[in-house]
Amino acid sequence: MVIYILCFALLLVGIYGILTKRDLIKIILSLGIMGYAVNLMFILFAYKRGAGYAILVKDKAVTAMVDPLPQALILTSIVIELGITAMLVALAIRLFEKYKTFDITKIRRLSG
Amino acid sequence: MKPSEGMTLIVKTVTRISVWLIILYGIYIILHGHLSPGGGFAGGVIIALALLNVLLAYGRGFITRWLNIGFLHDLESSSAAIFLAIGILGMAVGGGFLANFISHGKLFNLLSSGTIPLLNIVIGLKVCTGLFVVVWTLAIFHLSDKGEKQ
Amino acid sequence: MILPFLIIIPLLAAFLITLISGGRDSWAIVFSILAVISLLALSVFSFLSTGSQTFIYEMSGWKIPLTICLVQDALSTFMLVIVNLIALTSLMFSVSYIRQYSAPWKYYALFMLLVAGMNGVIATGDIFNLFVFMEIALFSAYALVAFGGKAEEYEASFKYAVMGSVSSTLILLGIGILYSATSTLTMAKIAEILPTLDVKLTYWVGAIFLAGFGLKAAIIPFHAWLPDAHSSAPAPISAMLSGVFIKSLGVYVLIRLFFNVFGGVAVFNEVFLVIGAISMIIGVFLALGQWDIKRLLAYHSISQIGYIIIGIGLATNLGILGGVFHLFNHAIFKALLFYNAGVLEMTTGTRDLRQMGGLAKKLPTTSFTSMIASLSIAGLPPFNGFFSKLIIFIAAIQAGRPVYAFLAGLGSLLTLASFMKMQRYAFYGKENKDADKTLAKVSTAMKWAMISLAVLCLLTSLMVIPGIRELTLDPVVAVIMNKTGYIAEVLGR
Repeated sequence: MVIYILCFALLLVGIYGILTKRDLIKIILSLGIMGYAVNLMFILFAYKRGAGYAILVKDKAVTAMVDPLPQALILTSIVIELGITAMLVALAIRLFEKYKTFDITKIRRLSG
Repeated sequence: MKPSEGMTLIVKTVTRISVWLIILYGIYIILHGHLSPGGGFAGGVIIALALLNVLLAYGRGFITRWLNIGFLHDLESSSAAIFLAIGILGMAVGGGFLANFISHGKLFNLLSSGTIPLLNIVIGLKVCTGLFVVVWTLAIFHLSDKGEKQ
Repeated sequence: MILPFLIIIPLLAAFLITLISGGRDSWAIVFSILAVISLLALSVFSFLSTGSQTFIYEMSGWKIPLTICLVQDALSTFMLVIVNLIALTSLMFSVSYIRQYSAPWKYYALFMLLVAGMNGVIATGDIFNLFVFMEIALFSAYALVAFGGKAEEYEASFKYAVMGSVSSTLILLGIGILYSATSTLTMAKIAEILPTLDVKLTYWVGAIFLAGFGLKAAIIPFHAWLPDAHSSAPAPISAMLSGVFIKSLGVYVLIRLFFNVFGGVAVFNEVFLVIGAISMIIGVFLALGQWDIKRLLAYHSISQIGYIIIGIGLATNLGILGGVFHLFNHAIFKALLFYNAGVLEMTTGTRDLRQMGGLAKKLPTTSFTSMIASLSIAGLPPFNGFFSKLIIFIAAIQAGRPVYAFLAGLGSLLTLASFMKMQRYAFYGKENKDADKTLAKVSTAMKWAMISLAVLCLLTSLMVIPGIRELTLDPVVAVIMNKTGYIAEVLGR
């Protein structure tokens, strides 16, 4: 139970970072932290008490295994977040070229 | 001696030795994807990081001379098309899309479990070339005034 | 079966376009038009042949609880027809519009990925597969919003990307909680297991999904990205985003989850009604003060989505009929309005309404179709907007909620006022003497895209006639209201 609360605390750290930080790169890093928190929660959901890893090895008896499906889901989610981070970094470079700053309070031409 | 691009001599020497080991390790992870943890995506990222190692240690100009970026671009698109082609082949043979239509082989062999090693190799190629081309595009941005769009 | 082709064809077209087109875009145009025409033909065929049955397609030939399944019932084929129709007209419009940007072949590849992602979201029956296809479509949308290369477009795309990623993380959290409680990912099996669990789980997961998918659908607390993103994108992409993207990724998934999986919980219907009413009124008030033509249309998108959410929240047969019909109509006339805005921007070089004027004689097709679209969105007979808004109005009164009916009528009046302002400033009124540029030509493909949508504006009002309505809209409503039918059809095979 404590583990899930810590995981949720990591999610809140990520949300705090997105809301209050003014640097573009720190916002991208906070998005990464939020993603890590949700991935961690998936892996924790897959655990069964007293079970071993979910791989068949030759000459070893088949005992209880943890759930392998969330591990596959997390691989997919990590790939998606990699793509999102790459796109955000490319956008940040372009924004720096146009606005000459990484400060998000100064990147405010669109409003209303 | 004019300041050459890239990092110091020690870094370049160590990179020259270790890059091939990293690529070999990545190929091992891709090929054993159905027997041990890893698979296409993890192995692809490792190979891309090996190429990124060379980019960081030797500089942008060296990479442009060493690798043909247009070829990597074509390799990326064609591996995605090959993935879809394997899926459609599965549909044409009988089962659903992406069905496992090659024989499954014996357990724990390297050449077992049907189409999964093929798909691992294709995904590994796509991830490796895709990730490296993205990072190279970001790195080459300051060379010219109008870089390429992503 | 037809369903996997709806995802394979645009993906194959996207990869072949990046492989084959060197620097020109002729191959890209050929591939993408072939792909979208075949998609439209397949989806119309599947809509007409499905009727009120349900077809399941299991990927890789495995059986249902272990695999990803694609569901073809009346609701999904209806949405597929809408998406592919607007995609075809967008493609026709963009053939000559995109030439003004650099590297047009990248646009076609991203466009095909957008269509593939949207088709995947609609056709799938597995909740994580829905997340993956949603992310594919979102990537392409982020990249396409920033396609022009101007500073404001990068800013809008960055804002959109950050907000979209936060909501995607929330959705993933909701999927994780659902998986840990029910240990299955197929939506029909979740719907079967969920009533046996604690009802608080349904409330919590419903709230998380409402926040996550609500941001994709741009309902009021989560609308902040929409005016920037939809006004900065190139015009055919704005039409796709406003016309089908927020509906297929937002409203369709909300309908599918809240009615077929959760079973129409009363609390969420109340929340839908309140949020829909707020979206409707605040959207149209914010639109009244806009002078940028695409921002005005983007705020009206928020308001019309409010109408659809009110229709869905009423949860009666007539209410859902009105909501689904308005979804179809809004896709058509909003896409048409964005095409007109694109033509106006291309020919006069500005988006500000105060600098245009008297263009009715110079752009006859554009002004005629724009008048038709404005009358449709304001809800005047005999266009399709009138019938769908009338059905929502009557459904609100019949369900015993006259307040929402009054608000719907008020919203309609304000929409009419806003669009009369747009018509007067853009097309009629005094000509702007300072702006003495020779206007760029409107190509034939653009004119045909606009004329075909304008004709559809009139034709779809025929869908209210009881004979045609039983063919087209009633099976959709039956699928939405029937949770046990959905479970039985998907799991029974």
